[in-house]
Amino acid sequence: MGDRIRVATRKGLFTIERDRSGGWDVVATAFLSDHVSMVLDDPRDGTTYAGLALGHFGAKVHRSHDDGRSWEECATPAYPERPSDAGPDVDAFGREIPWKLGLVWELTPGGPDQPGTLWCGTIPGGLFKSDDAGDSWHMVRSLWDEPRRKEWFGGGYDHPGIHSISVDPRDADTVIVGVSCGGVWHTESGGATWDLRADGMWAEYMPPERRHDPTIQDPHRLVRCATNPDCLWVQHHNGVFRTVDGARSWTEVENVPPSTFGFAVAVHPGDPDTAWLVPAVDDDARVPVDGQVVVTRTTDGGKTFDVIREGLPQHHAYDLVFRHALDVDETGERLVFGSTTGSLWVSEDGGRSWITVSSHLPPIYCTRFVPA
Amino acid sequence: MPRVAFTSHLERHVQCPTGGIAVTGATVRDVLDRVFADHPRVRGYVLDEQGSLRQHVVVFVNGRAVRDRAGLTDPVADDAELYVMQALSGG
Repeated sequence: MGDRIRVATRKGLFTIERDRSGGWDVVATAFLSDHVSMVLDDPRDGTTYAGLALGHFGAKVHRSHDDGRSWEECATPAYPERPSDAGPDVDAFGREIPWKLGLVWELTPGGPDQPGTLWCGTIPGGLFKSDDAGDSWHMVRSLWDEPRRKEWFGGGYDHPGIHSISVDPRDADTVIVGVSCGGVWHTESGGATWDLRADGMWAEYMPPERRHDPTIQDPHRLVRCATNPDCLWVQHHNGVFRTVDGARSWTEVENVPPSTFGFAVAVHPGDPDTAWLVPAVDDDARVPVDGQVVVTRTTDGGKTFDVIREGLPQHHAYDLVFRHALDVDETGERLVFGSTTGSLWVSEDGGRSWITVSSHLPPIYCTRFVPA
Repeated sequence: MPRVAFTSHLERHVQCPTGGIAVTGATVRDVLDRVFADHPRVRGYVLDEQGSLRQHVVVFVNGRAVRDRAGLTDPVADDAELYVMQALSGG
């Protein structure tokens, strides 16, 4: 059961813990005043990794071997030098893609049989892998050199980015990656080769002739059901999508109240039909509908949804929840989400009701349960 | 005659021909200038002071994004469909 949570924010990394009487509170801080974009607790060996976004000095990766008490800087993914005779590397709009690390946007462990293997998703769209627990990283060139990357473009940021990396629990060489805006990519060879798997998604922000082009889809966040690994959910820029065949095809989940727009999504690790979303009005109005923060939950694969308000602010509340700021624990009973106002909520009953942990943290980018 | 349509997202700020309007023109610049002649307020939402496409605005011509974002010299065929849309990077 998830009793501990890491919260990566605009001004530091916080560890939240549940005490015996059921209260949740901050028990540790790290990197206070620094922008922490991503955090990962590796379930295989207990190492904690943090991605920092030092505004002046660039993105960095740090790790802790003692549960966050002390940290050391480890290697940071580094983009390769561009060949001098290469043509310009531009996105779909002709904007030059800098071959420089902009942001650490996802950290995922490899399989249980791959100790030391880590995956890192970044802005401006590079995918990196470490085989030595962060002592070194190499870029996965097969995806960076993929010709269709020229069709990608930025979503939310000026340049494209890899925000979701999901390793198949049955086979660690099978990995699915979500790119904003660049579709969904799949490998069965540990990253040696890739195929594009976004059929069924559509893009409201494109002209009609391009709307179903899989290369330019904008999945905001992609999550996999641990016990039904062919089932994944995506909160997309203009809707919610679901696959039951390992991303070969996606089906839109329609009529999601009160809105289909949002950034985050979570799926119950033991039930592919149960998922949670935190909606906002739409991409023009990234605020809760009617100023009321709600979580929507389905238990029937998206046919119907509950709109949950208990414990959440219902009066002039303008919290936005970013794509990495919603998580569910390994039991499916505890959830956490945090928002742009620095508010953090926990549920201990599968999302039916919520407890406010804080309303005063810095703006929250990522919340993750520490594996038990 | 080329047709130009504008993203409905612009409607929140300024009235513009979101449904599409047919105007003559051989380049993106020509076509947009003709639209702005009738809808002068829209110009400042699509172009900056120097007449370049705003950083987070994108114009598609027959499904492909305009490349010359400053000069807008991309050619426009007589049956072209242009869409002026907001990029996802600006939100």
